[in-house]
Amino acid sequence: MDPLGDTLRRLREAFHAGRTRPAEFRAAQLQGLGRFLQENKQLLHDALAQDLHKSAFESEVSEVAISQGEVTLALRNLRAWMKDERVPKNLATQLDSAFIRKEPFGLVLIIAPWNYPLNLTLVPLVGALAAALSLHCPAGNCVVLKPSEISKNVEKILAEVLPQYVDQSCFAVVLGGPQETGQLLEHRFDYIFFTGSPRVGKIVMTAAAKHLTPVTLELGGKNPCYVDDNCDPQTVANRVAWFRYFNAGQTCVAPDYVLCSPEMQERLLPALQSTITRFYGDDPQSSPNLGRIINQKQFQRLRALLGCGRVAIGGQSDESDRYIAPTVLVDVQEMEPVMQEEIFGPILPIVNVQSLDEAIEFINRREKPLALYAFSNSSQVVKRVLTQTSSGGFCGNDGFMHMTLASLPFGGVGASGMGRYHGKFSFDTFSHHRACLLRSPGMEKLNALRYPPQSPRRLRMLLVAMEAQGCSCTLL
Amino acid sequence: MELEVRRVRQAFLSGRSRPLRFRLQQLEALRRMVQEREKDILTAIAADLCKSEFNVYSQEVITVLGEIDFMLENLPEWVTAKPVKKNVLTMLDEAYIQPQPLGVVLIIGAWNYPFVLTIQPLIGAIAAGNAVIIKPSELSENTAKILAKLLPQYLDQDLYIVINGGVEETTELLKQRFDHIFYTGNTAVGKIVMEAAAKHLTPVTLELGGKSPCYIDKDCDLDIVCRRITWGKYMNCGQTCIAPDYILCEASLQNQIVWKIKETVKEFYGENIKESPDYERIINLRHFKRILSLLEGQKIAFGGETDEATRYIAPTVLTDVDPKTKVMQEEIFGPILPIVPVKNVDEAINFINEREKPLALYVFSHNHKLIKRMIDETSSGGVTGNDVIMHFTLNSFPFGGVGSSGMGAYHGKHSFDTFSHQRPCLLKSLKREGANKLRYPPNSQSKVDWGKFFLLKRFNKEKLGLLLLTFLGIVAAVLVKVKYY
Repeated sequence: MDPLGDTLRRLREAFHAGRTRPAEFRAAQLQGLGRFLQENKQLLHDALAQDLHKSAFESEVSEVAISQGEVTLALRNLRAWMKDERVPKNLATQLDSAFIRKEPFGLVLIIAPWNYPLNLTLVPLVGALAAALSLHCPAGNCVVLKPSEISKNVEKILAEVLPQYVDQSCFAVVLGGPQETGQLLEHRFDYIFFTGSPRVGKIVMTAAAKHLTPVTLELGGKNPCYVDDNCDPQTVANRVAWFRYFNAGQTCVAPDYVLCSPEMQERLLPALQSTITRFYGDDPQSSPNLGRIINQKQFQRLRALLGCGRVAIGGQSDESDRYIAPTVLVDVQEMEPVMQEEIFGPILPIVNVQSLDEAIEFINRREKPLALYAFSNSSQVVKRVLTQTSSGGFCGNDGFMHMTLASLPFGGVGASGMGRYHGKFSFDTFSHHRACLLRSPGMEKLNALRYPPQSPRRLRMLLVAMEAQGCSCTLL
Repeated sequence: MELEVRRVRQAFLSGRSRPLRFRLQQLEALRRMVQEREKDILTAIAADLCKSEFNVYSQEVITVLGEIDFMLENLPEWVTAKPVKKNVLTMLDEAYIQPQPLGVVLIIGAWNYPFVLTIQPLIGAIAAGNAVIIKPSELSENTAKILAKLLPQYLDQDLYIVINGGVEETTELLKQRFDHIFYTGNTAVGKIVMEAAAKHLTPVTLELGGKSPCYIDKDCDLDIVCRRITWGKYMNCGQTCIAPDYILCEASLQNQIVWKIKETVKEFYGENIKESPDYERIINLRHFKRILSLLEGQKIAFGGETDEATRYIAPTVLTDVDPKTKVMQEEIFGPILPIVPVKNVDEAINFINEREKPLALYVFSHNHKLIKRMIDETSSGGVTGNDVIMHFTLNSFPFGGVGSSGMGAYHGKHSFDTFSHQRPCLLKSLKREGANKLRYPPNSQSKVDWGKFFLLKRFNKEKLGLLLLTFLGIVAAVLVKVKYY
C-alpha cells in the first residue's frame, strides 16, 4: 500500500495523457488560482492571522496581492512566453528553421515554507502551471504541492479549498512533516522547487541527485545591512525597522544585522526607538500590526538569542503569546549565536565597524547572503558595497523592495540558494528550453564538404570559409 | 588537493579575474595557444583517438576558435548591467541585473572530444570572470597531459589550473567546495557529482547522455537521409554523445536503409576501412569489449569486423533488433547502429516516450506536420530535423540535456550565463521618505487599498501616466499622513 506512489503515478499518467488536451485547459488552471484568491480572501486572512498574527495589511500586501499579481502577469504574458523563440543563425544554418521550444519538465514537486505560506506556495505554483502552456504541447507540468505543516491553518486551506480550483489531474497536495517529506523525496520528480533552510536544502539536493532531478533552492542566510555615516538616521531607521519587523522578522530577505560605526550607532538607536514606538505604540504586544513567532520551537530559539550582547531596545517576550518585542541588540560579538545563525525573528543586532572597508571585509568573510543592503547618501558608497560583494539580490537605501519587481529575478547564490523565479523567470525555471533545428533535405552539395574522405585541400577550404564569415561556424 | 583549491580561491579573491580587460586578455592568450601549439594539440588527440588532422580541426579546434571569437566580440556587452522594467513603486529608482562571477569553477572534461569538451566550458568560465580548476579525462591521456603542459604557459597560473588523475583523485577533488561544477560524462557519474555538490550547495551543469533516437519516415529521400546518418553515426567511431544511437522505422524500409548506409560507408571510408585515415578507433580495451558484447545474438546486416589489437570496430548495422536486448539497454557510444522496426510514427513516439529523455532526437521526413508532431509529443535535450548533430553547432542554442540526459546548458552566451550570478539590484535614494509613510504601520483599510493599488498597478508606457501616478502616490501619502499624524 503506497498511497503516495499511487498519487504520483496518477499524475505522471495524466501528464502523458495530457498531451492531447487543448491549451485553454491549462490557462483555466491559472484562472482557477486567481479565483481561489479572490473568493477566499477573508478565509486566507483569518488563517494567516491565526498562524502568524498577520495584520490585514501584511496579509494583503505580502501574501494575497503578490500572489494575485503573479497570476495576472502569467495570464497576460503566457502567449509571449510560450512562443517558440527564434534564434540567430550562422552561415551553415541560414536556410534552416532554428528555434527554442519551451517544454514542461513533467512531474514537479513544490515544497513550501511557513513564513509566507500563501505567497511562497502559490507564486512557484503559478510558474509550474504556466510553464509551457504551449499551443504545441498542451500538457503543462503536473504539480505535487507540499505545504508546510507548521503553518497549520493555511495548510488546511491549501489542502481542502485550493484543490477545488485546480484540476485534479494535474495537481495534488501532499501533507506531512519531515518524515513524510523524506518519503516523498525518495520518489522521482522531474523538477523540485524548495524554499527553506540551507540545511534542508542540502537534503533535498542530495535526494534529487539520486534521480538527476534539477532543483531550484530558495534558501537563506544572514542578510547584512550596512549603514554609512553619511545618511539621515531617522529615514534609515524607518526603512530598516519596517523590513526587519515585518512578519515579526520571519522573512528570508529581512535585514538580519546592521554594520555601522559607533558614531552612527549612537544616532541610530534613538531613531529606531522612535520608529518602533510610532509603528507599534508604547506597548507593541497590543499592536495589531506586529506578528507573532510561528511556534514554540522558534520562540525558544529566539528567546535564547536575546541574551546576546546587550539589549538596547525591546527585549521583552511572552511565551504564552509567542510574542517577542521589536528588539535591537548592541555590543554584539561575531562569535555569539545571534551572529552565527539566521535570526528569522524581530531582533536586530548592531555590529560596529570602523570603516567601509572593514564592513565589506566582514561581509565577504561570511557566506553569500540572500540579500544585501547598503544605506548612504553617497551613491558611490552604495555602488562600492554592491560591486565588492556578492549576494542573491541587492537593494540600496531600502529593504527588500527588489522583491516586488517581477522583472527582477529572485533567488540566492552560494549557500543562499540556486536558481531563481518571479514573473518570466518562474516560467523559464519550470520549462526545459529545447534547441530545435529543422533542416531542409536539400542543400546536400553543401553538406558534402563535411563528409569523408577528407583531404588537405578540403582543410584549406574549411579554413578559408571560416575566415570569410568570422562567426562561430563548424562542420560545414 | 585542498591546498591547490585554496590557492585558486585566494587568486580569485584577489579580484584579478574580474576586470573585462583581464578576461579578454586571457581569452586572447587561449586563442594564441590553440594557434601556436596546434601541432601539439592535434598530435595528442590523434594519439588518443586515432583521429585525422582534418577531423580534429573540424570537430574540435574550429569550435574552440569560433567560441573564443564569439566571446571576444560580445563579452563587453554581456558584462554590463541590464536595466529592467520598473513598476510604480520603483519608478524613480535604478533597477537592473548585474552579472557577477561565481568564484571557483570545477570543469570535469570527457574523453571523446577531449579538447573541445574541456576548453569550451573553460572559455565560458573565464569569460564570466571566474577562477577555474580543470580536470581533463584520464582516459584521453595524451590530451590530458598536453593541457596540463600548455595551459599554464598561456593563462594565469594561479587562476586556471589543471589537475590530472583518475577516479581516486576526482573523488578527492569533489570533496572540496566549488561555486559551480561543470561535468560532461555519463549518467552514473553525473549522480555522484551532483551528490557531492549537494554537500556544499554547489550548483551543477551536467552534460550527460542517453540513447538518441532517429526516426526515419517513409516519406523522405533515403539517399540523403542515409548519408547524413552515416556521417553522424560513425564520426569519431560512434563515440559522440549526440550520435544517432538507433533507428526507428517501418520494417519495409530496413533493407533499403541497410543498403544505402553500406554504400555510403564505402564511399566515406573506402573498401578497406581500416586503412582510412578518417575512421577513428575505440578509446580503450574496456569500451572495445563492452561494445563487442552488444553484438551478441544480433542480426548483423553488415560490418561486425573487429581487431582487438588496434581497437578497431567496423561500421556496423543491426536489423530487426529486439528492444529488450542489451544493445538497446545502454548508450552504445560505438559504431553499431541498431534498426528497431516500428509499425508507424505513433508506435515510434510511444517507444521514445517509454524511455529516458535522450540528449538528442532526430527525425527525417518530407512531411513537416510529422516532424512537428514528433517534436510536440516527445522531449529531449535538443532536436535536429532532417539531419543529425547540427544543432550542436549553432551557439545561439543552449546545448544541454533534460531528465537523465542532463541539466543546465552552455555554448555562446549560455556559457556566460551558466557561469555567472545574475544579481538583481535596486538602487533607491534616501529622499522622498514621505511617500513611504503609506507602507508603515499603524495600518488601516485605506492603506491596504492603496497598497494593493500600487502593487498591482501595471506600469504605463506613457510618461504622463507615470507622472500622474507618482503624483497620486504623493497625494495619497500626504492624505494618509494628514489623517494619521
